Amino acid sequence: MDFQVVVLAGGNSKSLTPLVSKVSPPTCLPVANHPVLYYVLHQLEESNLKNLIVVVEGEDAGLLVGAWISGTFVDRLHVEIAAVPEDIGTAGALRAISHYLTAKDILAVSGDLVSDVSPGAVAATHRRHDAVVTATLCSVPISGSSELGSSGGKDKTKKPGRYNIIGLDPRKQFLVHIATGAEIEKDTRLQKHLLHAVGQMEIRSDMMDAHMYAFKRSVLQEVLDRKDTFQSLKQDVVPYLVQSQLKSQAVLSGIPQAEEDGNKKVSFPNNQVMVSQILANASTPSFHELYSMDPDGFAQTRKTHKCCAYIASSSSYCVRLNSIQAFMDINRDVTGEADHLLSDNVIGPSPKLGTKTTVGPHCMLGEGSEMGDKCQVKRSVIGRHCRIGSHVKVVNSVVMNHVTIGDGCIIQGSVICSNVQLQERVVLKDCQVGAGFVVTAGSEYKGESLARKEK
Amino acid sequence: MDPRRTARTVSDPKVRQVGFFTPAPPERSISDPPRFQDPIQPPSPSPTQVNDHSPSGNSLSPVMIPPAHHHSDNFLRTALQVTSPTKAFSYSAKTVTIPPENEDVASSFSPGRKVVSAKSPSSFPGVKASSVPASELTTVSVVNLPPGISEKAGGASVEVQNDRPVSAKTLKEKTSKAERRALQEAQRAAKAAAKAEGTKASSAASKVVTSANTKPSKAAKSSSQKNDGSQVAASEKKGGDRAPEKDRKKDAPHPRMQYDDKSRVEKAKKRAVVKQTEARNRVELFRHLPQYEHGTQLPDLETKFFELDPMHPAVYKVGLQYLSGDIRGGNARCIAMFQAFKEAIKDYSTPPEKTLIRDLTARISSYVSFLIECRPLSISMGNAIKFLKNRIAKLPLALSESEAKSTLMLDIDRFINEKIILSEKVIVKHAVTKIQDGDVLLTYGASSVVEMILLHAHELGKHFHVVVVDSRPKLEGQLLLRRLVRKGLSCTYTHVNAVSCIMQDVTRVFLGASSVLSNGTVYSRVGTACVAMVAHAFRVPVLVCCEAYKFHERVQLDSICFNELGNPDAISKVQGREEINYLDGLVNQENLQLLNLIYDATPSDYVSMIITDYGMIPPTSVPVIVREYRRDHLWS
Repeated sequence: MDFQVVVLAGGNSKSLTPLVSKVSPPTCLPVANHPVLYYVLHQLEESNLKNLIVVVEGEDAGLLVGAWISGTFVDRLHVEIAAVPEDIGTAGALRAISHYLTAKDILAVSGDLVSDVSPGAVAATHRRHDAVVTATLCSVPISGSSELGSSGGKDKTKKPGRYNIIGLDPRKQFLVHIATGAEIEKDTRLQKHLLHAVGQMEIRSDMMDAHMYAFKRSVLQEVLDRKDTFQSLKQDVVPYLVQSQLKSQAVLSGIPQAEEDGNKKVSFPNNQVMVSQILANASTPSFHELYSMDPDGFAQTRKTHKCCAYIASSSSYCVRLNSIQAFMDINRDVTGEADHLLSDNVIGPSPKLGTKTTVGPHCMLGEGSEMGDKCQVKRSVIGRHCRIGSHVKVVNSVVMNHVTIGDGCIIQGSVICSNVQLQERVVLKDCQVGAGFVVTAGSEYKGESLARKEK
Repeated sequence: MDPRRTARTVSDPKVRQVGFFTPAPPERSISDPPRFQDPIQPPSPSPTQVNDHSPSGNSLSPVMIPPAHHHSDNFLRTALQVTSPTKAFSYSAKTVTIPPENEDVASSFSPGRKVVSAKSPSSFPGVKASSVPASELTTVSVVNLPPGISEKAGGASVEVQNDRPVSAKTLKEKTSKAERRALQEAQRAAKAAAKAEGTKASSAASKVVTSANTKPSKAAKSSSQKNDGSQVAASEKKGGDRAPEKDRKKDAPHPRMQYDDKSRVEKAKKRAVVKQTEARNRVELFRHLPQYEHGTQLPDLETKFFELDPMHPAVYKVGLQYLSGDIRGGNARCIAMFQAFKEAIKDYSTPPEKTLIRDLTARISSYVSFLIECRPLSISMGNAIKFLKNRIAKLPLALSESEAKSTLMLDIDRFINEKIILSEKVIVKHAVTKIQDGDVLLTYGASSVVEMILLHAHELGKHFHVVVVDSRPKLEGQLLLRRLVRKGLSCTYTHVNAVSCIMQDVTRVFLGASSVLSNGTVYSRVGTACVAMVAHAFRVPVLVCCEAYKFHERVQLDSICFNELGNPDAISKVQGREEINYLDGLVNQENLQLLNLIYDATPSDYVSMIITDYGMIPPTSVPVIVREYRRDHLWS
């Protein structure tokens, strides 16, 4: 279908600090015992997109991700890994691999997306409108933040950052305005001519940009080339394209037009105009066309391009793993209500449970984990090869692989990374414990993030 | 000619109700000709087919001649085809040798439908990998498909048979007729054995029979079209190796499928690409037309975007645009389709062991069937497709692939330029002479030709007034009005319910048409008949502007047999006015049926003149144009 898929499996994310490190990039964070990247790749595979380019920041992470993909998706996907320097942002990453992009349209998907929104639908919308960019919007999940009201103060500061202000045209097909969290605190500027052309704008703040974009390649490369400072697709490129959609630079629309003209060998320039006019008259004009016709009837003097929005239906699941809160939510949802995302719900050979140990619903126990007597596990995910002692209570938590938990520990709303050792009678509430950390016996933490000092 | 005379006496303006006849059964019988069963042909071994073909003996119309030729991709919805009897006889004479071969090849391939879908991913990486220079990118995971395509358990015997026609084909030039006959006998025996295994239920069997049934008539058609009488060439052309695409092509609902026939609808639905949920409450008279739950198709098709590998992106895009209503209007749809086909031909490369002529025809057919699923074809598109296929069939075998492709692309351009653009210009030239100063012109809906006429007359400095009559739900007239007003024409805008009031001031009525049928009936946007009738009552001349490529040899007396049903929601709701919700919750009620017709048929009595690229003609002269035009341009 002439689409190239780029999975942006970025580098370190500040918001996930204790959970990620050099050796475990965020895309390898386990969600229900699968790295989060698995969900994206799986989703793409489902839609028959078997040729992917995965862009990873940093060489080490690249090797790590590459090894994992080749192990998991061998014979199923044709994946190419591109390692790019760190901290160049999503736009920078695309710029770096720009010369590999040859297809007509590019589908850029964030590697930390857990969703069941069909990429095909986004691509089809993009094609149908012949848009320059199509962004996927979905409703912001509400369940997570309200349900875990008790969770730590850390998340409160992050909440506003997750919202976007999105302006749509009345038919909800085109993006008129998009502003991401960071800019919202300032005044939001709207262009008058844009508003005038659209006539009516619907401003939504309950939508989330899922970071699944379809771009027209020529335009994307053009923008990336000309705007060196653009770092992020979400914060720079997409808002730029949306803002300039009615006064598109001549170059932007010039390229596709030139291509089209080249195709038509029969030289009836007059007829070409008529053909395009018949086609244009037959379709319901979007505000772009109306605006571009404005000055003198039919002559399309003003260059415009279209920025479309694909709005996922409210029933579909779509969350980005970009904060600890989101990480917890996704883990809970994937094991719970959104379990259809896991195609192969492989629960290894049933773990060894001690007597009177109860494992509640919406839980997941990895292969080879052992639990002592009288443990309680509720709404939690426990990774592979964990050893859990007796009288341990794990609620609303994520425990990764190779974790040792001593007797009598109580863990609530926490994330415990791989190779962590919790000694006896540790009480953790809303904590994040970094990889390889050792919590001494009897200690009690609340709302803290514990990590080993970098040596 | 006699039949038409009788038809015309029936359609006296005072007596006739346009489009709606109360006695439905006679109409039905016209619309219900035996579809796969050709009475002229020798009876084929299909008892199932005979059963479901309704007794059509009680038809009233003497015009009804059962269509002699059509197959699954026959976009011509020829109901009552005015074919000469000699032509029909030539079919029966020539069919005899051809069917066995086609039948065998067709049926031996048909059970293997799954094969293509399994094969498609393997072609995908190949294309993409070449486009991505993988020099610096490290490939970490590669799809290693097994060389053989995974077969279903039951497909083993099919596979064996698959090979044989292919090998036979390569030898075809050398084998004599007797040898081929022997080969066919062997194949048929093998097929019978395979069938006897009874792996598939009766549905599969009947499917095979169906395909076997349609093929001979198709081959017959091709052989009769080619009057040079070389049967071997004809059979080679049509026979054999359209296997990969053929199953796709069969997927399409037959253009004239009767949607009130439940078993067929079920079958068609199984094969459909577009998810088609039948609307539940359909108006009794229109049950034979397809009507789907609108709103479910588009999202479903969109999610399948990457899964339809054989579909060319351009074709897919056009299909989406049809489905979502982004492109409408006969000319625009035709142009869009042809431009998509041009793209597809440009990117086409003949697979190994295939010939371009056959494979490309099959591929175009599969595209067409996809487009039909998105929205039923218009008659103009049917004619255009016929033209294209004919061009492909007539390609000299000696041409290289690139030459053939460029020839075809030139042909497409030529068609768009000559048949659409140039004829529009000619029509404008003719029609402008009919506009005088002080005229009040009325038009209905938004026709591209009428718009050009009005604009051109305005440019010539004529002073006239335009009345744009519009109707819900599409309100296409508003777009036309917008463009006219912008150009400085003086306009009046009204809806069709006020047409009788405004008609007394009107001096001429200009109408566009989706098609003009050979009895002079104008098939056009719903409401046109009403406008024409009112104009007729007021003695206002009605001028129908229609390009000659939209003419069709079909005869249609009402707008029931062939029509298109739109989205019923469009008439039950008013866009932008939420407060009009009286029908909310009633839509699924058993005793409410919503009817949103797209087209209607205007009887020729109401039409004063048809303006076409061959000049201005009375409606009675349409058959002449159809006959001459076909001979000159389509079949040349």
